[in-house]
Amino acid sequence: MSDFAILSAITFLPLFGGLILVGLNAGQTALPRKIAIGFSFATLGLTLLLWRAFDPASGELQFIEQANWIPALGVQYFVGVDGLGLLMVLLTAIVVPMALLASGKLFEGGVGSPLPAAAPRKDDGAHGVTRPNNAHLYYALILFLQAGLFGTFTALNFFHWFIFWELSLIPAFFLVRLWGGPQRSPAAMQFFVYTMVGSIAMLLAFLAMFFATSKPEQPGVFDFITLAEMGRNGTLAKALSDGLGWFDLTQPTLALVIFAGVLLGFAVKVPLMPFHTWLPTTYAEAPTPVTMLLTGVMSKMGVYGFVRILLPIFPAQINALLTPLLWLAVVTIVFSACAAFAQRDLKRMLAYSSINHLGYCLLAVFAVAKFTNNPALVVEKAAALNGVFLQMFNHGLTAAALFMFVGFLEQRAGGLRGLNDFGGLRKVAPVFCGLMGIALFSSLGLPGLNGFVGEFLIFKGVFPLAPWAAGWSVLGLLVTAIFLLTILQRVFNGPLNEKWSKLPDLTLAERALVAAPIALMFVLGLWPRLVLDVINPTVVRMVEQLNF
Amino acid sequence: MTWIVKYLWLIPALPMLAAGISALAPQRCRKFSSSLAIGSMGLALLLSLWAFVNSVQQGGVDGADRYFNFAWLQFAAGDAGILKLGWVLDPLTAVMLVMVTFVGLLIFIYSVGYMAHDENFTRFFTFLSLFAGAMLGVVIANSLLLLFICWELVGLTSYLLIGFWYHKPSAAAAAKKAFITTRIGDVALLLGMVWLYHETGTLLFYDDGAGCLETSALAKLIATTTSVGMAVSTAIGLLIFAGAVGKSGQVPLHVWLPDAMEGPTPVSALIHAATMVAAGVFLVARVFPLMGAHAEGAAAETAALQTVTWIGAITAVFAASIAVAQNDIKRILAYSTVSQLGYMMMGLGTGGVAVGMFHLITHAFFKALLFMGAGSVIHGCQEEQDIRKMGGIRKYMPITFATYAVGMLALAGFPLLFSGFWSKDEILHAAHGWPVSHVPFYLGVAGAFLTAFYMTRQVALVFLGPNRSRAWESADHSHARGNPPTHVGGKDKGAPHESPAVMTWPLIILATCAIVLGFIGTPMWPWFQSFLGQEHGEGLTTGVVALMVVSSLIVFAGIGVGWWLYGRKPIQRADKSDVLEKLPAGAYTWLERKYGVDELYEISVIRFNAWFARACDFLDAWVWGGAVKLVSLITLGLSWVSRVFDEFVINLGFDQSCDGVSRGGKLMSRWQDGRVQNYLRVIGVALTVLVIILVWGGSR
Repeated sequence: MSDFAILSAITFLPLFGGLILVGLNAGQTALPRKIAIGFSFATLGLTLLLWRAFDPASGELQFIEQANWIPALGVQYFVGVDGLGLLMVLLTAIVVPMALLASGKLFEGGVGSPLPAAAPRKDDGAHGVTRPNNAHLYYALILFLQAGLFGTFTALNFFHWFIFWELSLIPAFFLVRLWGGPQRSPAAMQFFVYTMVGSIAMLLAFLAMFFATSKPEQPGVFDFITLAEMGRNGTLAKALSDGLGWFDLTQPTLALVIFAGVLLGFAVKVPLMPFHTWLPTTYAEAPTPVTMLLTGVMSKMGVYGFVRILLPIFPAQINALLTPLLWLAVVTIVFSACAAFAQRDLKRMLAYSSINHLGYCLLAVFAVAKFTNNPALVVEKAAALNGVFLQMFNHGLTAAALFMFVGFLEQRAGGLRGLNDFGGLRKVAPVFCGLMGIALFSSLGLPGLNGFVGEFLIFKGVFPLAPWAAGWSVLGLLVTAIFLLTILQRVFNGPLNEKWSKLPDLTLAERALVAAPIALMFVLGLWPRLVLDVINPTVVRMVEQLNF
Repeated sequence: MTWIVKYLWLIPALPMLAAGISALAPQRCRKFSSSLAIGSMGLALLLSLWAFVNSVQQGGVDGADRYFNFAWLQFAAGDAGILKLGWVLDPLTAVMLVMVTFVGLLIFIYSVGYMAHDENFTRFFTFLSLFAGAMLGVVIANSLLLLFICWELVGLTSYLLIGFWYHKPSAAAAAKKAFITTRIGDVALLLGMVWLYHETGTLLFYDDGAGCLETSALAKLIATTTSVGMAVSTAIGLLIFAGAVGKSGQVPLHVWLPDAMEGPTPVSALIHAATMVAAGVFLVARVFPLMGAHAEGAAAETAALQTVTWIGAITAVFAASIAVAQNDIKRILAYSTVSQLGYMMMGLGTGGVAVGMFHLITHAFFKALLFMGAGSVIHGCQEEQDIRKMGGIRKYMPITFATYAVGMLALAGFPLLFSGFWSKDEILHAAHGWPVSHVPFYLGVAGAFLTAFYMTRQVALVFLGPNRSRAWESADHSHARGNPPTHVGGKDKGAPHESPAVMTWPLIILATCAIVLGFIGTPMWPWFQSFLGQEHGEGLTTGVVALMVVSSLIVFAGIGVGWWLYGRKPIQRADKSDVLEKLPAGAYTWLERKYGVDELYEISVIRFNAWFARACDFLDAWVWGGAVKLVSLITLGLSWVSRVFDEFVINLGFDQSCDGVSRGGKLMSRWQDGRVQNYLRVIGVALTVLVIILVWGGSR
């Protein structure tokens, strides 16, 4: 398979599918859906081929495609995956079909299930949007988004990578803006502006590095791998100081400023508190399938950036700021869990829960950057990083599944999704309750399901590296349990709310749809080697490079 | 390696498999699901007996090849990065296996009768099987991580089964409370586990000299000290013990266990009396080498073991005193369980593994017996649980009464004939010889008195005297109308009736065990103690006999006082006040309200949590989000001021001013339309602040 440019194929297949969909006539709903699902499954198939062909024993980049693009600027078309990239590509390939399959009800007239979200909006006159007519656009945007994600997870040259990073942002904006809930307009705007500003800060930081490293005879460096090398041996800070010399800032300070720019870009995306206020609103207002994508995959772009870009290029800077950064992670974990407990909207609760879960990832990423001479801690760093990767995958799977369940609930309840709107649903919808219960417990980190292994490895790694941070963060585990069980208690237990005595249980199609992620939760909980064996060599290589 | 050691995993796997199959079975497959559960449990019992016999033949604790380890996952380079799990067959495992499968099987059978009318019968057996599998997993685990995994699963099934009657809000709340309270302990256990993992590089208990409970690892743990000067082994031991406190309902995390009685009675018997709550005791017994690890020459009573002893002793008295003033038949037993678990902890702390475990085993049998007897009573009395409204049931339910009496005498520690006497006496003996302090011994003695007293009170109120359910009815008609009996089948709703054979036979078998089991660990023939590897050299010395006499007298006193207050002149009507209400200073009210611990938590921890959650939400909406709003307002204000300044101060013409106002209005409406700029500004401000903080922090 060495000649076949499989990564490019995976990236451009959805793009191609999206273009076909754009060309379709408006007004059709079934055909665009079929095409989109077809393309997403074809991509999933290719991704599984990639997974098979990947050599798990090696931690190096594989399937590399490298070609000059704009030589004058040092821009290359440069893609490749290691264990981390592969895992994220797989996650994207899994979550997108889930979201597509869950989108069907969005364009139905609402027969049998009163669904205000599907009805044409009166206030849409100004934008000329009436929902049933533009299903092809919706599906096209999702496929574009998927292409953007694939590109982000495979590209290794900043210029190339940044195009895809932005490419994923724009479809997401329109998906929220056009098909979202009542407050979708400000939500989409907030989402876009926040993310955009983060991106601009990052762009400026990379341009600064580019100019600092450019010499008369050769263009500057956009290549992540070269930048990482320079970051490790300290030449990057020196080059920045020599090349830029802004305002007489000292060398370390200047490097910190540049670092802060890149940090902001990723911190908004993950998000890290206090750059998170866009997230609950956006998640709540986005149509549920889009929320699945936002939380399942797009939030991973941030963590991916932390691991792939920030950690290798700026280890000294993270280490210098270790304590404040760890505090931010702890605050993210604990405050978001508590804020989730205070919410009364299921989607907002789960949105805060997402912040909480990714907070563990950031905690581990920061802890790993700690400089230490103790060889025993190398093992712990590897454990923490493995935990981060697993947690990213697991959270993507579980959170997407949970939002899907909330979507099912919304469809049945005519758009209601308040914590206190239900009660006793287990009586009329036992299968729904059982399966959603499994997903909730997976999110809670119950051993035997997928969530536990990642969290265990993160804590195993972080505790020796930063005991106080781990000690505070376990509070997050506790509060998470409280609010997740509260969901079970209020929605499914207690006396049946008579209003819902006719609420239908999951249909066979819906059961089939959730069966796959639920099965994966069990498989990964019991046999995490399936993933760990693939990512561990990558982690080992990363930790070696981080070993100071 | 013998076959049974290698295939020990089958014991938990069988019930797990049964659970998996019946989870997929439709609700109507009642018979299938219960037979599957009972069949798998029976097989597990047979295998456990085999393992037990094998273990006995092996003799000593340190037999070679008694464990089987395998690599579960790899998270770092080299051997240090391989995480292994495994199982072990040592005497501790062997006795627990037999106990759990045997008691479990009886309770499964009993449940067929007890749950016969429940619409979620199939689900019930699914959960029960899942519980049994997880509990057996805890027992066989040779790795703290595997133990933790199964431990959490046990917690899950406990949650599911407490909330089994989910339509009752109280059951749903109790289930949540149980899960969260135990999770407080579990979080500490998790920290202890990762710490232990870091220090020793393994979580296997036994691994050919490299396990974390073996000499080299322990030596390393003792030698290392934490920043506060405590040995690492002690700190880790305390964290692990915190997990046990949660699971075993020790003070201060005992609050969930009495509420757990919302679950069906077989669940109370199996999970919240015999097995799961004992998992905490088992955990301490399992990691006892770690808890008791001390440097050469130092006192054997490590800080960790002292904590275990004190918590246990306090719990024993605390819960026993609450039990005195309860009126719900299951809640009395629940507090009694908490108290007895305290005894076990005290036994572990003062006398070692064998002493604590002996009481665990005997208690499992007689407490399961008591709960199932209580279930039989409740079943026979149309779901009545208030002992004041019972009375005289002895006539209607002779088998239940006889077996219950056996259980009561065993729990009270009636001398010589009953197992509870022997195991409790062991603990008191160990506490008496504890060099650190005699207070736990006196607390234990006080607890023994209270135990005998409240059990006598309960039996007298439930089984003796006149039946008060009718008296109550005639005294208060409105009450009777307000609570129509839930039992549809009963035509004569007043008369209690004996339970079917499927429920009474397990009682009889357990009652037999409650008597016989004591004899395997008497001072004359301490087989149990020597099997668990503990020397019991003294035999029947004068000291031992003297202590036995003392404890017998205490028990007689307790029973006597109970009889004098409740049995001699049985109360005639259910609404009559309790004799103990005459105690001074509102003591009875305090006891009845469980010392107000629940209320204390309500106003402290729970309220704080709710407040903090609201604070976080407020922070989000007003501080972080408010910054966005504030900046947008400031921007608006500034633009307005600058426009006004422009128009009125610079161009002082009135016409121009009018024009200016209208243009200003337009401009403002433009500002309000798009909020892009505001967000941009906020992020700009945030970025600046971040850079300042980071630069300041980084250049220090």
